[in-house]
Amino acid sequence: MNYDNNANRIRKQLLIRIARLALQDRLLDEIDRLPATLFPRHQSGLRCCVYKDRAITKYRLMAILGHAIEDESDELTPLRHYAQEALNRDEVTDPILTVLDEACSACLKARHFVTNVCRGCVARPCVINCPKDAIQIIDGQAKIDSDKCIDCGKCLKVCPYHAIVHVPIPCENACPVNAISKDEYGREHIDYDKCIFCGKCITACPFGAIMERSQIIDVITKIKRGKNVVALLAPAMAGQFPEDFQKVAAAVKKAGFSHVVEVAFGAERTAEHEAKELADAIKANQKFMTSSCCPAYVEATKKHMPEIAPFVSATPSPMHYAAEGVKEENADAVTVFIGPCVAKREEALHDPTVDYVLTTEEIGALLVAADIEIADCEPLAFDRPAHAEARGFAVSGGVTHAVLAEGTTDAVKATTIDGLDKKSIRLLQSYAKGKCDFNFIEVMCCEGGCVGGPCNISTPKSAGKRVAEFVRNSKEHAGG
Amino acid sequence: MKTVNVVICTGTTCYVMGAGHLLGLKEHLDESIAQRVNITGASCLTLCKNDEYGKAPFVRVNDKLITEATIPKIIEEIQRQLQNNPATE
Repeated sequence: MNYDNNANRIRKQLLIRIARLALQDRLLDEIDRLPATLFPRHQSGLRCCVYKDRAITKYRLMAILGHAIEDESDELTPLRHYAQEALNRDEVTDPILTVLDEACSACLKARHFVTNVCRGCVARPCVINCPKDAIQIIDGQAKIDSDKCIDCGKCLKVCPYHAIVHVPIPCENACPVNAISKDEYGREHIDYDKCIFCGKCITACPFGAIMERSQIIDVITKIKRGKNVVALLAPAMAGQFPEDFQKVAAAVKKAGFSHVVEVAFGAERTAEHEAKELADAIKANQKFMTSSCCPAYVEATKKHMPEIAPFVSATPSPMHYAAEGVKEENADAVTVFIGPCVAKREEALHDPTVDYVLTTEEIGALLVAADIEIADCEPLAFDRPAHAEARGFAVSGGVTHAVLAEGTTDAVKATTIDGLDKKSIRLLQSYAKGKCDFNFIEVMCCEGGCVGGPCNISTPKSAGKRVAEFVRNSKEHAGG
Repeated sequence: MKTVNVVICTGTTCYVMGAGHLLGLKEHLDESIAQRVNITGASCLTLCKNDEYGKAPFVRVNDKLITEATIPKIIEEIQRQLQNNPATE
């Protein structure tokens, strides 16, 4: 659901409120009052009643404070306690996601269902064509026996009134690797041995039951302690706000970061190394090579596509190079990557050069909480702007374009996997095991590339347009 | 002919809360209505100050202010205003 929806709005509202309380040192005193403030008595709730809404708000706030709901041992522990832990902690832990079991609606197992559009027709092709004899006509309407139904979908196809629907479980449907499934109560759980942290389940859940464990408190705390906190701004951020990149960078700096660095600088090095690596691979007659900058894809190769692993580029990601560059200049710098990506948080957990990750929603919330108006900021001047090709990494096809622009080889036959799902995973596996017509495959887990990431606040289309303009207006180029 | 001016605030608060999605309003409008509607984005209308960011994103339809704006809310107000002020020859 890259659409506007209420679950997104609720989450963003809470992020803004928490950020504001933290910036003003009011977090400990006022956080326990928040659920009641947001859901006062005498109002109908979003769910059964305001008390359920308050209970779920409490869990959302715990997740925003960076905690895992699964770790709750005492239901009566006040939010103040969790806030204090968040303010005190020095490191973040995995897993980076958490499921609010109270918020999960426990959608019924994926099934086919006969709606009351059914007219009890004489032809009854649903009954006649069901391979498991699972449909009967009761009281003039077809009814599916869910114990016998195997979800083959035949009845749906043959019904002349389209009266049969397939009711999905949105999170399970969205997950490309079957990492989320139900317990005996129907509540969803994430299997972290399978999860690739792509964040698709987060945006898919209509109840907002899956949340990231935010690091917004950690970043605010470091800023308030006067640490040298450096923002690594992903090129995808050029598409996230209506204002252009340099103004966004200025606004981010105003929020308390000592420096703002373009991740695209890291992308320049990634493109350079990857192009050399590709040229060598082609010379050595390696069947093909894939990109490696998308952390959700890399996680998928480790957990689900071992046959692809030997073909994945060994070149570090732009985020790594950018953070490494900062740490080389300032060992005491606290590096914070900012972009529309969830999986980067997982990559950062295992990369000592990146300390924290903030998503677009979180940096947006921080700007609002700090009363910063992006349009009013003076554009931040970069000593040397990053190359256009490196900035293009944010859109599908950008990595390929940058690698080609390095000019290390003429023999490239490239393709892009735009969006990782069950089908494209099978395609990649077939390339690894069988024939492949390409020697370079760029894989982007999110459709459209990073601009289509789960933590987007724009539409992927408008974000993509703005990034394209950002790239077009970039004066510096690779190889020149 | 009566036109309706729709101003969508794209200040930082409204944008974070979802104004980006509202900018696609034109696609959702019926042909007959679309030609009578002017859509513009505006920088911060300062309606979000004093903890009213809970009501963002803000949209103005002529003189009427819509809080917690969504596409359907905007369209409903446009239609209401067009009905009250039908096109004159």
